[in-house]
Amino acid sequence: MSSTKFILGLFDDPDDMMHGIDKLQKNSIPIYDVYTPMPIHGIEAKLGIKDSRLGYAAFMFGCLGGTTIFILIYYFLVHDWPMNIGGKPHFAVPDFIPATFEWSVLFASFGMGFTFFYATHLFPGRAPRVMDFRATNDRFVIAIDAKGNIPHDDITNLLKEAGAVEVKHNDRKYVSYE
Amino acid sequence: METPNSFNEQFEFSGKAKTRSLVAIAIGVLVIALGFFTGYAERTFANLLLMGYYFTCVCIVGVVFCAIQYAAQAGWSASLLRIPQTFIKVLPYAAVLLLLIVAAGIYFTHPIITEETSKHVTGPYLYKEWALKGITTPGSDVYDAKIAGKSGYLNIPFFFIRLLGYLGGYSIFGLLLVKYSNNEDELGGMFNYKKSFTIACAFLAVFGFTVPLFAFDTIMSLDAHWFSTMFGWYNFAAMWVSGLSVMTLLMIYLKKQGYFTWITTDHLHNMGQFMFGFSIFWTYLWFAQYLLMYYANIPEEAAYFYKRWEPEFQPWFWFNIVINFLAPFLVLMARDSKRAVGVLQAACVILILGHWLDYFMMVMPGTVGPQSYWYTEIGWIEVGTFIGFAGLFSFLFFNALSKVKSLVPKNHPFLQESLHHHI
Repeated sequence: MSSTKFILGLFDDPDDMMHGIDKLQKNSIPIYDVYTPMPIHGIEAKLGIKDSRLGYAAFMFGCLGGTTIFILIYYFLVHDWPMNIGGKPHFAVPDFIPATFEWSVLFASFGMGFTFFYATHLFPGRAPRVMDFRATNDRFVIAIDAKGNIPHDDITNLLKEAGAVEVKHNDRKYVSYE
Repeated sequence: METPNSFNEQFEFSGKAKTRSLVAIAIGVLVIALGFFTGYAERTFANLLLMGYYFTCVCIVGVVFCAIQYAAQAGWSASLLRIPQTFIKVLPYAAVLLLLIVAAGIYFTHPIITEETSKHVTGPYLYKEWALKGITTPGSDVYDAKIAGKSGYLNIPFFFIRLLGYLGGYSIFGLLLVKYSNNEDELGGMFNYKKSFTIACAFLAVFGFTVPLFAFDTIMSLDAHWFSTMFGWYNFAAMWVSGLSVMTLLMIYLKKQGYFTWITTDHLHNMGQFMFGFSIFWTYLWFAQYLLMYYANIPEEAAYFYKRWEPEFQPWFWFNIVINFLAPFLVLMARDSKRAVGVLQAACVILILGHWLDYFMMVMPGTVGPQSYWYTEIGWIEVGTFIGFAGLFSFLFFNALSKVKSLVPKNHPFLQESLHHHI
């Protein structure tokens, strides 16, 4: 048993990489993930990646923000310190709408931002970890979990056949920019 | 492409679609005639104005849509452009109809009670607040100093000159865009595209400044004592959302009929995003107008909302927000619902009816005033006129579409981008 944890196929052309994905899938080799320096149309469908649920998180955070400020304004202006503003009733809902809207937007955007950081392990101040440095520069990388997969040489050959310029057998999952 | 698209296929207008639109027109004509002969002339006039304005606005959206796509040099929409271009071809008919309705409404008179002075006089069916004879003559029985002060702008000849200017101008710009696109089909090359770009930019500049005035003149002057600077943009938002909804509904319909095979879920998704986004924009403008008047509470401003808060109108006033804001907001928010044709179609229908209600709330309180009950506000005249105009629009639209030689601008420089559109 080798100590290889991940096999990386590095391509210098996105079409070759897509071709490589096809080949691996034809040979029933599960793909761990694919890293590319730019977005590639249709790759999510090909890899069977589920739609992001970030939007639902944003919606929930928006609801939370709206509810929070509405309760706060209600407490300030109706319960705790009612004031006569232009003869309006204390519980003047239209006046509350702009602040409610703003807080919904604020919570939705911050909440979405932090959810994204959480989901992708990108906390501010932390050096990001990647599988291969050049995946953010000029290489299109297919990563394959080496454990339990058929002879590594076969995978290497498949990737080479598909046009990989380099195949790496890595003992560690990530390298860090630190 | 895997499936060959037949770009030269022509739309055939026959069968059910033709029968149904003709039946709808017949229903409309019958209801309008009945309305006039059973003593509901004022209500019928108000409905005619409402639907004439709605009809014209939807057709104007065709010009705006094309112009925005050209000015933004958008690629995704290139293969759909024949649909808004057909709206443009209907615009001259809509414009003439609107002008006729407005002219008849001002020309024909009946006994009315003036708003400011509560006098029984003979006044026009439409625009009675300012088009009343003698309203600007000092010393006259019905003299109204406020209207006299506005008469430099708001007088009958200048009013018609302006309406002619807006509608004629928009039609000419629109028809030029159609002409260049047809020339492009025959000649190819970039020459016509560049001309379209110039015309589109010029149109958008002209349109941006004049569309609020178009709304001020046609609709806001029904309540001539009141004014709101938000009103023009608020009307633009209503126009844009309703026009996009009609366009999307027609896209779905035509695709189901086997035409426009190149329209994909991605194109419909974009239309859904447009409808969703501009429904929020509409709400923003509606609320901005309402909140400022609510907060300031100046009598001459609040009078407008006072009328709309009469018990007969109040349920519809609130329902307007539900149907035009909450419904599209909740229905169209998720990505999946914009990509599900059935859901999108339902949203289109909701928004088309919703903006009818929106225009209803703008027109009725200032013309007819409250009826006996809130549920008699919308009766057979309203429904019948709506059906009639819907039939007229679909008849003219499909008729014009059946004369289009190719359902796609064959030599549009971004055509391939549109056919392979993917989001």
